[in-house]
Amino acid sequence: MSARLTLHSAGAGVTVQDMGRPGALAQGLSRGGAADRLALIEAAALLTQPAPVAGVEMALMGAEVSVTAPMRIALTGALMQASLNGTPVPWNTTLLLTPGDRLRIGAVKAGVYGYLTPAGGIATPPVMGARATHLTAGIGRPLAAGDSLPLGEDPAPDTPPMALNPTDRLTGGTLRIMPGPQTGLFDATTRDRFHATAFTRAPTGNRQGVRLDQPGAAFGTTGGSLASDIIQPGDVQMTGDGVPYVLLSECQTMGGYPRIGTVIPADLPRVAQAAPGTDLRFIPVTVDEADALWTNEAAQLKALRKAVTPLRRDPHDIPDLLSYQLISGMIRGDEHDEKDPCR
Amino acid sequence: MTPTQTPPDTPETTPQVEILPHGPDGIVLRLGLTPDAATLAAVGVLRQALETKALQGVTEIAGSLTSVFLRFDPGRTTRAALVDLARQIADQTDLARATLPAPARRWTIPVSLGGDHGPQFTDAARAAGLTESAARDVILSTPLRVLTIGFAPGLPYMGLLPPDWDIPRLSQITPNVPRGALVTAVRQLIVFTNPTPTGWLQIGQTAFLGFDPDRSPAMPLRAGDEIRFAPAFPSEIEALLADNPGGLGGARQEDLA
Repeated sequence: MSARLTLHSAGAGVTVQDMGRPGALAQGLSRGGAADRLALIEAAALLTQPAPVAGVEMALMGAEVSVTAPMRIALTGALMQASLNGTPVPWNTTLLLTPGDRLRIGAVKAGVYGYLTPAGGIATPPVMGARATHLTAGIGRPLAAGDSLPLGEDPAPDTPPMALNPTDRLTGGTLRIMPGPQTGLFDATTRDRFHATAFTRAPTGNRQGVRLDQPGAAFGTTGGSLASDIIQPGDVQMTGDGVPYVLLSECQTMGGYPRIGTVIPADLPRVAQAAPGTDLRFIPVTVDEADALWTNEAAQLKALRKAVTPLRRDPHDIPDLLSYQLISGMIRGDEHDEKDPCR
Repeated sequence: MTPTQTPPDTPETTPQVEILPHGPDGIVLRLGLTPDAATLAAVGVLRQALETKALQGVTEIAGSLTSVFLRFDPGRTTRAALVDLARQIADQTDLARATLPAPARRWTIPVSLGGDHGPQFTDAARAAGLTESAARDVILSTPLRVLTIGFAPGLPYMGLLPPDWDIPRLSQITPNVPRGALVTAVRQLIVFTNPTPTGWLQIGQTAFLGFDPDRSPAMPLRAGDEIRFAPAFPSEIEALLADNPGGLGGARQEDLA
């Protein structure tokens, strides 16, 4: 019997995700796949995989899981509470899960989308060439307690736990935006104001895209109505009332709202991982600059693999367990302040 | 073709090709901002010209009503090289006298028009200035083409209907038009692939499912396909909706090539 991953509980936004279904734009299907693609590439680096495999994406709230055969698990993306049989485990590492163990992923502590990736990959039957759930298109569905997913075999379960210092992207910041086909529909004054505006990620958002709030006037165009045209992840579109949305993995393939530009792929994980209320700004880059910043995902994986190190997790190796947990974010760090009766 | 070789009698409406960036791995060849007949034809011709060439480094080609999108692998070509190549092909393609390329396939899709299946059919006929009978004839006799597929998987934008049918979308959104519904606005027709809120007018019902991820092919229609609607009784459509092998709703496909 092949290995399985059983979900004993699951948050509302838990889905199977891989790198999606590229190449179906002409048929109206956006690529989809992980909202934070870098997190699946990091998982592949941690697990020494030649390419990313399907894992479990968890939006804001995690899942409690067990396995039927020994399996390394990588935890990447948004920082989430995690414990193995009740003992906290660090994020951005691998751990070995054996039958009888319970891995519990709780609420998010920073970011939005966390990833639990089994070394054998989730081995559900591919639909149209991929395993990713595409909620907008109606491919697959959110996972729920009681679901059991087939897994591929872990090729090297005896590999010691590994760790990776992730690319910082959980706290908002500056997004590089390149001109797109409709940038010219916005006048120079509007574009300058857009680049000078401090936005916050609005409560409205999902795998299709996120809305951005700001206190000033709307960002309108000078022209009339537009024919629908091709849109893609990273495009920043202004809805009818001039409110920006940054499009993500599951965006539709055509839209009639004007787009002021495209956030470069390197900065899209920063958008996906911006929790509501997070500060975001845009800085314009030229087409040449954006092209120079492009790297393919295979090269990203190759580079990340070199950054993976063995995890020092034996308590005897760790002089101060509490400070170690502080560094990896297991607790906020101010609990003592709150509970200290002397204060 | 250089500008000096352009015939002096070229009409002013000749679609001009703008080549624009779209993301670090994409370019757009845009022929206009609104989908008039000349623009649609030019998009169809240019898209076919690009699809029939083996373009170095191009990984994906898709068209909208007004443009063609090319995705490329920056590891195999450069933006500058692809823009040059696309410009050459556009210059070699006669866009001024373009008509849509001949269809490779024809689909005949049964539809029940009006009545409970098309609650806004009467409004649409009136907006087009036609009797209901004349409006039926137009829908059933106009040789339609799939102009593009998009927004949702397998969702076909079809047209163009005659100019009388340049009916604006309703400002009042119909909250839930069913899957398979035939709707019209702006000289175009759509068969919805899922229940959808819309400002388009619901004029009929088919049992044709444009997208089923568990079917092969999941999205049977392609841009360029010819579409004919065949009259069906409401009871026939109801029967097809109840028992719908392959989800094609009794549609027939013919190869024309």
